[in-house]
Amino acid sequence: MTLLPWLKRRTYGTVGYVSRTTGAAILKLGQELSLGKKYSSSRPSAVLADTVRPTVAGSGKHPGWDAARAIAERITTPLLPDDYLKLANPLWSARELRGRVLEVRRETVDSATLVIKPGWGFSFDYQPGQYIGIGVLVDGRWRWRSYSLTSSPIKGARIITITVKAMPEGFLSSHLVGGVAPGTVVRLAAPQGNFVMPDPAPASVLFITAGSGITPVMSMLRTLTRRDQITDVVHFHSAPTESDVMFASELADLERSHDGYRLRLRSTRTEGRLDLSRLGDEVPDWRERQTWACGPEGMLNAAERVWHRHGIAGQLHLERFAVSKAAAHGQGGTVQFARSQKTVTVDGATPLMDAGEDVGIQMPFGCRMGICQSCVVSLVDGHVRDLRTGAEHEPGSRIQTCISAASGDCVLDV
Amino acid sequence: MAITDVPAFAHLTEADIDNLAVELDAIRLDIEDSRGERDSRYIRHTIAAQRALEVAGRLMLAAGSRRSAWWAGTLTLGVAKIIENMEIGHNVMHGQWDWMNDPEIHSSTWEWDMSGASKHWRFTHNFMHHKYTNILGMDDDVGYGLLRVTRDEKWKPFNLGNLLYNTVLALGFEWGVGLQHLELGRMFKGRDDRDATMVRMREFSAKAGRQLAKDYVAWPAVTALSPGATFKSTLKANAVANVIRNVWANAVIFCGHFPDGAEKFTKTDMAGETKGEWYLRQMLGSANFEGGPALRFMSGNLCHQIEHHLYPDLPSNRLHEISVRVRQVCDKYDLPYTTGSFLVQYGKTWRTIAKLSLPDKYLRDTVDDAPETRSERMFSELEPGFGYTDPATGRRRGLRTAIATVRGWRRGKRVEKRAPRLAA
Repeated sequence: MTLLPWLKRRTYGTVGYVSRTTGAAILKLGQELSLGKKYSSSRPSAVLADTVRPTVAGSGKHPGWDAARAIAERITTPLLPDDYLKLANPLWSARELRGRVLEVRRETVDSATLVIKPGWGFSFDYQPGQYIGIGVLVDGRWRWRSYSLTSSPIKGARIITITVKAMPEGFLSSHLVGGVAPGTVVRLAAPQGNFVMPDPAPASVLFITAGSGITPVMSMLRTLTRRDQITDVVHFHSAPTESDVMFASELADLERSHDGYRLRLRSTRTEGRLDLSRLGDEVPDWRERQTWACGPEGMLNAAERVWHRHGIAGQLHLERFAVSKAAAHGQGGTVQFARSQKTVTVDGATPLMDAGEDVGIQMPFGCRMGICQSCVVSLVDGHVRDLRTGAEHEPGSRIQTCISAASGDCVLDV
Repeated sequence: MAITDVPAFAHLTEADIDNLAVELDAIRLDIEDSRGERDSRYIRHTIAAQRALEVAGRLMLAAGSRRSAWWAGTLTLGVAKIIENMEIGHNVMHGQWDWMNDPEIHSSTWEWDMSGASKHWRFTHNFMHHKYTNILGMDDDVGYGLLRVTRDEKWKPFNLGNLLYNTVLALGFEWGVGLQHLELGRMFKGRDDRDATMVRMREFSAKAGRQLAKDYVAWPAVTALSPGATFKSTLKANAVANVIRNVWANAVIFCGHFPDGAEKFTKTDMAGETKGEWYLRQMLGSANFEGGPALRFMSGNLCHQIEHHLYPDLPSNRLHEISVRVRQVCDKYDLPYTTGSFLVQYGKTWRTIAKLSLPDKYLRDTVDDAPETRSERMFSELEPGFGYTDPATGRRRGLRTAIATVRGWRRGKRVEKRAPRLAA
């Protein structure tokens, strides 16, 4: 009877698929098997996730459109009208946000700006400083990354831009900078992020950026210019050399045309890194300014320390470009179950399904051997490894928990 | 009485079965490593072509008033529904395309164009049928609780209607599939969990209702606006298209597990089953049929049922190349590889269903050695240690040779029996 608590934990308290009687039924199956009886009325159980119904971006804004859609869906069910229309033009679908790359503009040797025309359902009311997810089809797979928008949100605009720096170890960033042809259709995720410039802007502003950390600030600068809100902006920007400075000519123009914008460029290879503890030498009133900082982890940590020490941490806004990497082979990690708000640390051999069940989460399950797809959930963050093949899965993919183990820290949408 | 001991039946040692698993795993790895742009393009183009075909069929039905246009539209729609259900829906729901990470072509989001809900199908088919393949009492696809498809099942007078039930099931197959998870039989006997049944009932009726409204109200109403069509003509066309799909889907699926040589198993096979034994059960319980590229495509590549059961989540367009390697493995271990032409295989399923409508006393073969079910007991007269590898030729004597030997004896006995009569 030691089996009973185990069954209870797995089967009790769920709606629909597993009933209070199922545990007993499985017990009965066990008894019948041991008695050698051939037929029985017992059934194996499963907890199935509902089929995810497609959602339409931008619904609820135009009642007329929503009604027309609802009628059209009567004749396209189980699909949406978008599923047919996108065959004529990939942008005519609001089921998945899509965009067409119109132009890939070189910024520096290793960076480029992608000009993208978003399709149906994309909303241009994002805030300067926010980032979007971009999905690119590479070797048959959709791969996702997030990049800061560098364009300024304008109502009635038709395009957005992101600026990407090719990272030596970054497979997708190199692909975006060097391998995307104009005309390519990409997937988009709605803009998000709290690293934003409010409207109206504060009277005095300090920007501290380094490398590609200038990208969200570029959107802010363009927006401030357009709104004519550049009253007193000081901008420290660091790059390895002068030729590595993105948007160099645009920044120079801005400095020429706006007295309220002061730019301090720093080539770290010759001048060394900016010493944030001596900021007062250059900007005596830095403590009074609202500050936005974006760049490498070390710079942001230093800024956090300095602002904290002066008791003005509330005036500092940070954006971290976190790159999640898979752990070394066979290494586990901390698994966070986002919806259940539970966390557990596991080794690299424990299926995530077992990990979840061990902390009392009702994980969707079926065959427990990787064939039935009942247990598929979204991998929100981090990497997992397929226990059968060793293949790594990236954040943004959907995974079978019964045959996947943590590969470093990860977050599951369960 | 169906196979109770898979290794004994297959004439393989534990080590053999482990090796078999390694070889079959290697095929999976090769395919997984080589999935890429070509495969992704295949499914995207298939989906685009299917939707174009569906629209074309609907347009023909709306535009043409001639009888030929009606037939052309109906057949086109029927074909579009077949492709949607078989090459696309069935395979997408198996997760064959999940590796693309495309939420629009994914097992967790796909809802197919038929009355059953995808969610229910993922339970009855992906889980119950594919994990417990051909295990009596666990895999409901063995007869769908309606047909007697193996003599392991006791004959009841109800079975006299076997042929009639099969005809009705074929014509309304989408409803059979859709209702399978509701387990009506249990419900009427009061052996179900009422709460769970109510949830399933709601899910099913929501899906079926939408499908019925589309094919029998919305589309007829839309096409009635055209001078070429009437409400009734489109309604009839949609009904016929659905039946075309039903009959074809039923035929393909029946060819997968009911032709002669597709084995049945008992629950004892499941206890402590290894990966290799699971593979073996999938191979022995499934049957292929042969056909060209068109037949392969229209069957959703389920003419490669054996390969599909070994690798339910590998892309369908690769099953053909996989089949070449699986056949080599079967040859190596002297295992049967059940296949034949479509018409022969389909004919065999009907023959079995016809035969099994009769009580056992009218049947010649025993439960241990019949075309549709066998057990390891059929080999009781073979000398122990029958399965060995000939050191000279390196050829293994296994299940295929054993079956042929026992068959040869039986044929011999029958000839002997007949011979004196002829002489007299």
